[in-house]
Amino acid sequence: MSTDQGMLWEVFVQAKPGIPHKHAGSVHAPDAEMALKSARDVYTRRREGTSIWVVPANMISATTEQDADSFFDPADDKVYRHPTFYTIPEGVKYL
Amino acid sequence: MDIAEKEKQFQDKIDSGQKIEAKEWVPENYRKQLIRMISQHAHSEIVGMLPEGNWITRAPSLRRKAVLLAKIQDEAGHGLYLYSAAETLGVERGELIDQLITGKAKYSSIFNYPTLTWADIGAIGWLVDGAAIVNQTMLARGSYGPYSRAMVRICKEESFHNRQGYELLYDLAQGTPEQKAMAQDALNRWWWPSIQMLGPSDADSKNSGETMRWRIKVESNDTVRQRFIDRTVPQAEAAGLTIPDPDLKFNEETGHWEIGEIDWTEFYQVIKGYGPCNKKRLRARQEAEHEGEWVREAAKVYAEKQAAKKTKAA
Repeated sequence: MSTDQGMLWEVFVQAKPGIPHKHAGSVHAPDAEMALKSARDVYTRRREGTSIWVVPANMISATTEQDADSFFDPADDKVYRHPTFYTIPEGVKYL
Repeated sequence: MDIAEKEKQFQDKIDSGQKIEAKEWVPENYRKQLIRMISQHAHSEIVGMLPEGNWITRAPSLRRKAVLLAKIQDEAGHGLYLYSAAETLGVERGELIDQLITGKAKYSSIFNYPTLTWADIGAIGWLVDGAAIVNQTMLARGSYGPYSRAMVRICKEESFHNRQGYELLYDLAQGTPEQKAMAQDALNRWWWPSIQMLGPSDADSKNSGETMRWRIKVESNDTVRQRFIDRTVPQAEAAGLTIPDPDLKFNEETGHWEIGEIDWTEFYQVIKGYGPCNKKRLRARQEAEHEGEWVREAAKVYAEKQAAKKTKAA
């Protein structure tokens, strides 16, 4: 087996100020500092980012595909959470 | 739910054009085919740095040198995007690198050819990256999300590779008779390997059926190859270079360029390890792995010490 590749880190890049960080991929590194430098070289060679987050991959918890339907179904029958659910008389403004 | 039902749901999802994401249930063979394809692709990017690296110190101008360095750095990046995509399928990067340096894994046959002159750097960017773009644009439409997204990113960057190569060769072709001859010689040597790198013809492609049903690939090797030929022939003409194929002709009816017969014996020889540079490429990767070992070890020890210091301070 080749030598230790270091921990796996998931990389999130913010493309410009004011917008959310978006998942870009992953890198291997022994610590956060090297993970950030590596992420810069791998994912922002053309100024694609103004900020980078790296997160140890094993610290991310995620919903599973199999359970997605039942997990999200509480939101299915609550159309009244959307503004379009409500009837507003013709001509009434700013609502 | 039994396997047959799961497979049906999976196929329905693919047929409806949805992407499959990491950690979703997939048929074992889908996973295996993808790991095979993505890791071969990653290895190709990494090994692909070697023929070009051969010319960094001899680039004819600072501009060309900076461009070549940036291009090779991109190839390293592409290799890493792809290893990252492969890892989402539950395989360890170290395992993939082992497969490469022990000679178990394949990579694109084209990187087993030598770069004999500076013009070869142009031919690689124009032809090899040109063929890769056509193939990768197709793969970007594939069903596996992480692979498809890596392809989108790579294609954007390949466009620079493709253009710098064509510009380099075009400039040589407009130069002195010796420079033009050098450009033509590079085209002569790289044309057929570029045609072959898009894979065996459909009749002989053993992995095609399954990979197309699962939309890992959305078009056949021959379709992609034809697109590459149709794009490239007029580019050669514009540079005043001749495609080394006496049988090449334009079919007015179909609107396609038709090429002569492809010498598949050579292709399979190179894949089996008998190309001009197979041994050299493998050795270079083994040395890189070996010589980089102390850096990885030092980085690891440093990280551990820093972490210990932090715990003490806290």
